[in-house]
Amino acid sequence: MSELNNQNPSRDSYWSLFSTFFKIGAFTFGGGWAMISIIEREIVDKHHWIERDDFLDLLAIAQSLPGILAVNIATAVGDKIKGGKGSVAAAVGTILPSFLIILFIAIFLTPDIIKNNRVISSVFMGIRPAVVALIIAPVITSAKAAKLQWKTVWIPLVVALMISIDQGFISNPILYIVLGALGGFIFWWLPRRKNIEKK
Amino acid sequence: MTIYWQLIWAYIKIGIFGFGGGYAMLSLVEKAVVSPGWISETMFTDIVAISQMTPGPIGINSATYIGFVAPGSVNPALSGIGWALLGSCLATLAVVVPSFILVLYSSHFIRRHSESGVIKAIFSGLRPVVVGLIASAAIMLMNTANFNPNGISWQLWVNIAICAIAFVLVYFPIKLKEKTIQLHPILIIVMAGIAGFLIYGL
Repeated sequence: MSELNNQNPSRDSYWSLFSTFFKIGAFTFGGGWAMISIIEREIVDKHHWIERDDFLDLLAIAQSLPGILAVNIATAVGDKIKGGKGSVAAAVGTILPSFLIILFIAIFLTPDIIKNNRVISSVFMGIRPAVVALIIAPVITSAKAAKLQWKTVWIPLVVALMISIDQGFISNPILYIVLGALGGFIFWWLPRRKNIEKK
Repeated sequence: MTIYWQLIWAYIKIGIFGFGGGYAMLSLVEKAVVSPGWISETMFTDIVAISQMTPGPIGINSATYIGFVAPGSVNPALSGIGWALLGSCLATLAVVVPSFILVLYSSHFIRRHSESGVIKAIFSGLRPVVVGLIASAAIMLMNTANFNPNGISWQLWVNIAICAIAFVLVYFPIKLKEKTIQLHPILIIVMAGIAGFLIYGL
């Protein structure tokens, strides 16, 4: 984790954090993973609020904890940029678009109107495959940010394979987060500590 | 009034035990809201369909919608729109607040110890795993529901093409004279939606 913390210029107000995540929430189709591309572009590339490898660490935190992934990501990113109040701004921004749209549907429409609407369903037939592309792209950018070496490059391959075969316990993402943390402790921390003791 | 407490409690549980996001959460939601008779099985299926056709996490969508309809369907005295809005707000907050607090505390704890060797080592081990998690999400979404919902082979090829073009556009910058433009992911979603309408909607 680098030392960006809370030293952003004041123009990066809570309002711009909120409105950025409102935009992200309004265009997140297909759950938390689909928002990664948009967050990377907005938060890392455009606003330079956080570094790409820090973003990867925040994703690890968001995924290790229960709850709605998109909200967890927003909370962790908001907190990293502007602290506790920032996390409220980011989380509310992410939630509000879907909250308002569902309320609108619940008040003014019936589920059938949406479900059987030819225009909406055709639009979504186009959006769904594009959303998959928006998740493939961050696989590559995050692999670069993780600085994979020949010693570690097999890890994402095995994790992706085991999770996508969808076989109960051995396909549970939490298992690999625990193993990753444990592996980090054993292979990065213990050797370093030995070196320190030798000195 | 008990329905509000039941809603809050049901969604707090969903928020705490719902690991793995979206669809992993659905069976939890189904159990929590269909068995007490707040909504019917058909209505639940409708809500899932709507969640897929609106932006935002499915957990939020379902909390907002079920919070809206449950009070009126359980107690006719609570059928006014004010009671429905109250249910919406409470259910949505209930599903979000527990994990919000957990994430906030964890990230504060980690930030406070960000210089510690142990935390740095743990994240060195976690980063390759997160790459694998994103890859698994992409692989699992390469399914018939996203690429060939109607089982028609030309549609499958069109959807593969949409995915491939979207990837090229979002990943590779376009060079126009001296300027390099990288298309915004939101723009790509909008373009894919328009393409879907032109191909499937006309």
